Amino acid sequence: MLVAIASLTLLGVTLGWLLGLAARYLKVEGNPLVEQVEALLPGSQCGQCGLPGCGAAAQALAEGRAPLTLCPAVDRALAEELAQLLGASADLSAVADQTPVIAHIHEQLCVGCTRCFKRCPTDAILGGPKMIHAVFADACIGCQKCFEVCPTEGIEMRPIEATLQTWYWPQPALAG
Amino acid sequence: MRLFKIRGGVHPEDRKLLSAAEPIADLPLPPLLHIPLQQHIGAPATPAVRRGEQVAKGQLLAPNQGQLSAPVHAPTSGRIVGIGSFPAHHASGLNVRTISLQPDGEDRWSNAIEGIADPFALAPAEIAARVSAAGIVGMGGATFPSAVKLNLRERYRLHTLVINGAECEPYLTCDDRLMREQAAAVVDGVRIMAHALGVTRILIGIENNKPDAQAAMEQAARLDDRIRVVHLPTRYPMGSEKHLVQTLIGRETPARGLTADVGVVVHNPATAFAVHEALRYGRPLVSRVMTVSGGAIRRPGNLRVPLGTPLQYLIDHCGGFEVEPARLISGGPMMGQPLPSTRVPAVKGSNGLLALTVEESKWRATMPCIRCAGCVRACPCGLLPLEMATHARTGDLERVADLGLMDCIGCGSCAYVCPSHIPLVQYFNYAKGELAARGRIKQKRIETKRLAEQRAQRMAAIQRAKREAMAQRKRAAAAQKSQATNTD
Amino acid sequence: MKLQDPKLLVQPAPLLKQPLTTAKAMGDVAFALAPATLAGVWFFGLGALLIVSAGIAGAVLTEWVFSPSGQRRAKLLDGSGLITGLLLGLSLPPGLPLWMAFLGGVVSIGLGKLIWGGLGYNLFNPALVGRAFLLATFPVAMTTWNAHTGDFFAVQASILATPFLQATYDGMSAATPLGTMKFEGQSTPLWDLVIGKTSGCIGETSGLLLVLGGIYLVLRRDLDWRIPASILLSVAAFSLVLFLIDPAGYPDPLFSLFSGGLLLGAIYMATDPVTSPITPKGAWIFGVGVGLLVVLIRVFGGFPEGVMYAILLMNAATPLIDRYTQPRVFGKGIKTP
Repeated sequence: MLVAIASLTLLGVTLGWLLGLAARYLKVEGNPLVEQVEALLPGSQCGQCGLPGCGAAAQALAEGRAPLTLCPAVDRALAEELAQLLGASADLSAVADQTPVIAHIHEQLCVGCTRCFKRCPTDAILGGPKMIHAVFADACIGCQKCFEVCPTEGIEMRPIEATLQTWYWPQPALAG
Repeated sequence: MRLFKIRGGVHPEDRKLLSAAEPIADLPLPPLLHIPLQQHIGAPATPAVRRGEQVAKGQLLAPNQGQLSAPVHAPTSGRIVGIGSFPAHHASGLNVRTISLQPDGEDRWSNAIEGIADPFALAPAEIAARVSAAGIVGMGGATFPSAVKLNLRERYRLHTLVINGAECEPYLTCDDRLMREQAAAVVDGVRIMAHALGVTRILIGIENNKPDAQAAMEQAARLDDRIRVVHLPTRYPMGSEKHLVQTLIGRETPARGLTADVGVVVHNPATAFAVHEALRYGRPLVSRVMTVSGGAIRRPGNLRVPLGTPLQYLIDHCGGFEVEPARLISGGPMMGQPLPSTRVPAVKGSNGLLALTVEESKWRATMPCIRCAGCVRACPCGLLPLEMATHARTGDLERVADLGLMDCIGCGSCAYVCPSHIPLVQYFNYAKGELAARGRIKQKRIETKRLAEQRAQRMAAIQRAKREAMAQRKRAAAAQKSQATNTD
Repeated sequence: MKLQDPKLLVQPAPLLKQPLTTAKAMGDVAFALAPATLAGVWFFGLGALLIVSAGIAGAVLTEWVFSPSGQRRAKLLDGSGLITGLLLGLSLPPGLPLWMAFLGGVVSIGLGKLIWGGLGYNLFNPALVGRAFLLATFPVAMTTWNAHTGDFFAVQASILATPFLQATYDGMSAATPLGTMKFEGQSTPLWDLVIGKTSGCIGETSGLLLVLGGIYLVLRRDLDWRIPASILLSVAAFSLVLFLIDPAGYPDPLFSLFSGGLLLGAIYMATDPVTSPITPKGAWIFGVGVGLLVVLIRVFGGFPEGVMYAILLMNAATPLIDRYTQPRVFGKGIKTP
């Protein structure tokens, strides 16, 4: 009788202690999801998603209020990463359809008004007042902000073309 | 000499007899040359000539851009008729920046061309500099700038130079012919490279299906007792750099490392010949030997081709097509590049032009994998090709990478043996390309973040400055006001 | 601008292929099994041929019915359905009603292969799935062994039994060599086992012809020799150990090798590429596992024969074996000096 009581008490105390320890050391601080999602987003605050900045977009994504395709910078790989993080089965078909684009300034149309230059979230447009602007392709994220403000419609969003360095064979099961 | 065993490999029918007996013939000058500015691994060359300019043979057309790059020279004398885009020597059919040259028929060498009487008196760095200036790249097909490899002695303790005369790809006979006809020149080039590398041992590996080349090279190598000609068993992929080194010296190159990690540098005989030409005569790399072969070619042969010659011109010189070809390949049939057209030019890395008939390539529709493990036994790298292809198909590229995708040398032994005709190599190419693309995107994302933060900081600084200026003005105005009231 | 000559096919290298195709490999297996099949028919009469044919018919018909209409031709031509049906037929007793053999073929392909996703995706050997189903469903019919009648053209009544009705067994019943060994402790002369003059399943009795077919396949590189070699060696080794402990109580190694379905199973069923490991090391582990299980079931289990369950059990372990036996990747683990 005594042995049984003692052993059960001991067991209870030990397990309770372990649970207490676990609660202490494996504690989850708030909702880390929003931060994790925000870390994946470009952080350019371009506002293309219609929300005030990437923080708000991350909040919306984490709460499931917005589709993964919300952000124009979300490509297939990033969408998969987001889907994994959010535990959602993402509809990736929409993502694949978007071809990445970058801005191109037609030199004969540019009047050097610097409007695009001021709006670019990644400083990808070079040039000054009354000077023809140019796009630094490596930094352009294709957010289309400059495209919208150009008074002479001198900016074109062009799809990024493959070069010999970036071209590779398509996946055989998908290729005709 | 004792050879060491390597794992896997296959024995494709070598079909070298089609062209092995044909001596190297000089290809007449074509009416127009298209010289791509990117014929090598690394940054493209930048053009230094203008449209309409008259150039001499061997004149520099475009200097290299940085260390990992190679200059391009005029393959003959003539007039520059254009600098623009032209279809590349590449499976994609994409365009690349190209200089077009109209030969004047004189084939006049530039006056600046001058050789060195005794290359062995030069410092190693000087040899590497001359090789770099001559635009020499790995001519076995990899097109890696050779000078970079000759400079490896600065960072590694090297002891052996291996000359890769295996030529294990079926059909190709250009290295075989070169070693037979120009053995002395090849050996001279090899000795110059050995001098640049500071090695004490030179091994020239030649497969047993080229007995004449073995004999010729042995004869020519007598003048230097550091050189040994090694007879290699005929087996694909014997010419894979790391496997060749393992066969010869029994040491395995660390995964994703260089053969220099085990003290060995590997060069191709055609590269050695180019080094000989560049050092002894000062001639830059403006032509190369190519094998034109395959069942669809009427008269297969070996040709010395000025770089930039349209491939159609080579085919016409070999009697044209006997039957309609189904596939056009640059290089060998196991690892070569399929080409979309005969209009593209010959480049530094093209060792062969093959036109195969439908029957030759034995192409069949893909069937389900029956897990026969033929690919596992054939893989010289110890990979599981069928598992990798399955995961690549389902899009699980992380798993493919875990299975050793980056250790795959793309030799094609797996796809060669596959009884279900699964395009295994294409799966791996796709997976490698897709992973690289994702890496680039990730890099861009990080970069975008940095730029956006910089901008945000700058904007904040501007705002702050504005506010401060405003406050200053206000203070000044207030001060003025109070002064004004005081004086009242 | 992209350039492309319409007549040229642009496909990644290698553009050379070896001549072997999956269909040819299947044809080789059928060819290798032909002598043993004929021997079975010779020993057990025309009825045996009918049973094998029923098994094949069930398998091939199921394959045909459940294939998309556009792919039917290709699916039948790959020969995998034929081989499954043939192997099933060869592992059935010579007095089995035809409808059961047919049903076995249907189950082999349907439950053994198609529901997994078709050729290449199944975990268990389809023929053995069909046989296990029959053994579980018709235990009496599957363990009734008819002796040789002597009359080649006589087809026993049980073979032609009406579906779903109790079959009558008129022929003389005779125990298999393994049965007599297990239940009576009697051994069978080795020579009878080698040439196949014993009772048993249709295709399993003639050890000699099965081995010859196996050698043919190994020479043609259609099967991995490691699997039969390791199974047979381990069966011999384990039964030798038992035999040395108690020669009176346990069969000698040669009897173990040539009796029952061991040769048929080891050479033709365990080597099914889809359900056996892909790595060389894995093949050895797989084979030794099968051998050990065969001896354990035969000697200590309730059944006289254990080849079928041994192979099915090791089939289940195949993905695990593959996972832990990947060969060392070239250059992995080599330190950069």
